Amino acid sequence: METVIANSNFKSEEYFINMGPQHPATHGVLRLLLTIDGEIIKKVEPDLGYIHRSIEKMCERDSYQQIVHLTDRMDYLSANINNEAVCLTVENALQLEIPDRVKVIRTIIGELTRIASHCLWWGVMGMDVGALTTYFYGFRDREMINDIMEETCGARLTMNYNVPGGLMFDIHPNFVKRVKDFVAHFKTKIPEYNRLLTDNIIFQKRTMGVGILTKEDAISYGASGPVGRASGYSCDVRKHHPYSAFDRVSFTECLETEGDTFARYKVRMAELWESLSIIEQLIDNIPEGEHRVATNAVIKLPKGEYYQKVETARGELGVYIISDGVKSPYRMKFRSPGFSNLSLLSHIASGGKIADLVATMATLDLVIPDIDR
Amino acid sequence: MTNEALQLLIKDWAPEAEFTEEGSQYLNVLVKPEHLHDLMEILKFNSETSFDYLFCLTGVDWGQALGVVYHLESTQYRHIIVVKSQTEDRENPRLDSVYDIWATAEFHEREVYDFFGIKFNNHPNMKRIFLTDEWDGFPLRKDYVDEINMVIK
Amino acid sequence: MRVSLGITTNIHNWLFSTMNVTMASLVEMVLIALIYLTVFAVLGLFLVLLERRVAAWFQLRIGPNRVGFQGLLQTMADALKLVSKELTGTTRADMFLYNLAPYFVIISALMALAVIPFSYEFQAFDINIGVFFLIAVSSVGVIGILLAGWSSNNKFAMIGAMRSGVQTISYELSIGLSLLTMILLTGSLQLSEIVEVQKNGWLIVQGHIPAVIAFMIYMIAGTAETNRAPFDMVEAESELGAGFHTEYSGMKFAYFFLAEFINMFLIAAIATTIFFGGWLSPFGITESLPWLGIFWFLLKTFVLVFLMMWFRWTFPRLRVDQLLTLEWKYLLPINLVNIVLMALLVWSDLTIKF
Repeated sequence: METVIANSNFKSEEYFINMGPQHPATHGVLRLLLTIDGEIIKKVEPDLGYIHRSIEKMCERDSYQQIVHLTDRMDYLSANINNEAVCLTVENALQLEIPDRVKVIRTIIGELTRIASHCLWWGVMGMDVGALTTYFYGFRDREMINDIMEETCGARLTMNYNVPGGLMFDIHPNFVKRVKDFVAHFKTKIPEYNRLLTDNIIFQKRTMGVGILTKEDAISYGASGPVGRASGYSCDVRKHHPYSAFDRVSFTECLETEGDTFARYKVRMAELWESLSIIEQLIDNIPEGEHRVATNAVIKLPKGEYYQKVETARGELGVYIISDGVKSPYRMKFRSPGFSNLSLLSHIASGGKIADLVATMATLDLVIPDIDR
Repeated sequence: MTNEALQLLIKDWAPEAEFTEEGSQYLNVLVKPEHLHDLMEILKFNSETSFDYLFCLTGVDWGQALGVVYHLESTQYRHIIVVKSQTEDRENPRLDSVYDIWATAEFHEREVYDFFGIKFNNHPNMKRIFLTDEWDGFPLRKDYVDEINMVIK
Repeated sequence: MRVSLGITTNIHNWLFSTMNVTMASLVEMVLIALIYLTVFAVLGLFLVLLERRVAAWFQLRIGPNRVGFQGLLQTMADALKLVSKELTGTTRADMFLYNLAPYFVIISALMALAVIPFSYEFQAFDINIGVFFLIAVSSVGVIGILLAGWSSNNKFAMIGAMRSGVQTISYELSIGLSLLTMILLTGSLQLSEIVEVQKNGWLIVQGHIPAVIAFMIYMIAGTAETNRAPFDMVEAESELGAGFHTEYSGMKFAYFFLAEFINMFLIAAIATTIFFGGWLSPFGITESLPWLGIFWFLLKTFVLVFLMMWFRWTFPRLRVDQLLTLEWKYLLPINLVNIVLMALLVWSDLTIKF
């Protein structure tokens, strides 16, 4: 009998599981190597590069006007803010005086992009925790923004609306009215979002206390955007390093202290209201003026190094240009928010269940082309 | 803290560091690879500088030398500094990892290794992050020969 | 089959007059089985269509509306496509169990249908342990799911199957106990008799408070038993891809799919029979027209089916540990107390009867 007990070496065994590159929860071609004990995750190792397009290398060949178009393809949900980041860097380097009209329009469109991105995130977040209906609600409202963008610049996703020196075209005459309509419409829809998902007890149980990120870790891992702010880490670039028209609007930085998945969810929901408020402050007084200042056909940045950070829907996007005075940058680096936010996934998802990993990953709001650049 | 005050402080900690503000909106500090880790540690943990946020880590091929550019920010004082370090050794470039100071460096250093071939000492997981392990050469180096036009068409 | 509509009696008599008793009953059984199979395969397809239309309604879409009138033939077309598809599988799967698994699931679902009384004397198999038979047969299905997950040689499928095993075994308890609560009122396990008892008022009215509690527990456990959202951990597409049937294709996949919908119908049908008076009309308004029983039965069943679809398209999914907490820490104790409450109710004759 004793030998039986001695031999019944009853221990659970860890095993590997391949999540992705084709997996519904990884939102693109991200591959996670999970080490699992039963349902409990021991280790998460991301495997990247499935859609790496070497944008940084391509930038070393392209002119600055061309580079703007490449940035659309990084974080395609904040395409406009990415464009803006590159344009701002180039404009700062050339010390161009940008008209107020451009600044205000850029800010409004940036906030619209943020709302569109958060709408999509909200839909997908619900889907990841199993409530499939949210997806369609999120897309319904995002569609209105896409329609506005289509009328304004002819594109719905990769807008290419910004150029170094201003905007490609002036806004459409309907723009102001349609944005106002959207703001009025969306104000009635956020409470609907809350009724459907936020207030749901199952959703709260699924997300509260899951994937906790402390403030110290958030800073150390370079978390930014809603991920950092949910840990109580004030990291809104719009507040700390204001660009475009953010210095002339009043908005609060949405902070939570819990640092769990639900906190990240709440921060994004609160940001929807803040973005609406920013748009409302600006939409009625878009200054008259030029929509673009003339630049040389071939832009050559003076020798030097230029850095510009902006707040995309996902966090802090940094554009670092080292110029040696010719038409293309010597080295161009994009500090993408998703890359840093992904690096902390292993830290906060270990020890949780598979379902927790999916919920946590949903609130990191990863866009894979942004990580893979 | 102003750039001048920072410069004075850092001169204290790393006497041989070179400073420049030319062609950049931030204070640039160039340190030798062997002093890099020590300086970084002080920059983060000293309560006067408290650079606790490494927001950008860039590898650069300077032609002669391979270097890394660290953009640091203090979430407390909101001042920014740029620390640079470079090595002339193009065959087997090595720098100290700052992964133990800022956890975010783990991924960013792997990216630099992937594209520039700079190996980071004491890094827990020094392997390619985007490219496959079999990839020949380091694509973002200026002398990278791309025979089949894989990267640039 | 005891059917009062003349035609089946005629066939019955004709069969027994042309051949000996054994042969005749055998032929009769095969006939009934074939009829049931056809009817419920088609019913399953229409449940899929209903689900898709309901989902579309919840999700601001139109849903299938091109194939046939209002998309009525859509799922038929889907089924045809599935039949014609190649049956793929993993190379290192345990082929015997892999092929066997879908049949476990679909057969157990169809078998349970045999004892459901659709209308007055319209019941294939009226045994005196009807409820017991239902519980027993419906729990066989989980073996099929476990086998499917185990034999596919896929880790996602394996996790799905393990979750399914845990889930079904746990919630089986709640289903059994909540039905048992109602049995205290009827004093019989025979389904036709249970319906008969309800001529004095549906059991959910007769048993009032404990019956309502039992019904709620039954619906929660029933949703979990059919592996539907918010208890669809087994499939959990955002976590496990497709769960236990990841590696199945073509008709074998269709069996799992169909079984899920037939099981949903079954859960609703049992609830109708036990809580809502089966084929009895409300307040006996159509008592003189017994053939309307099937209409009432299906109406009540589909209302409950709709309720389950409503759950699915509204709620997020639970986590596996929360699922077990809900069952073992909440539903089971409540259920046990509820049985005692019901027993006291019956003992002190506090039931409501008309």
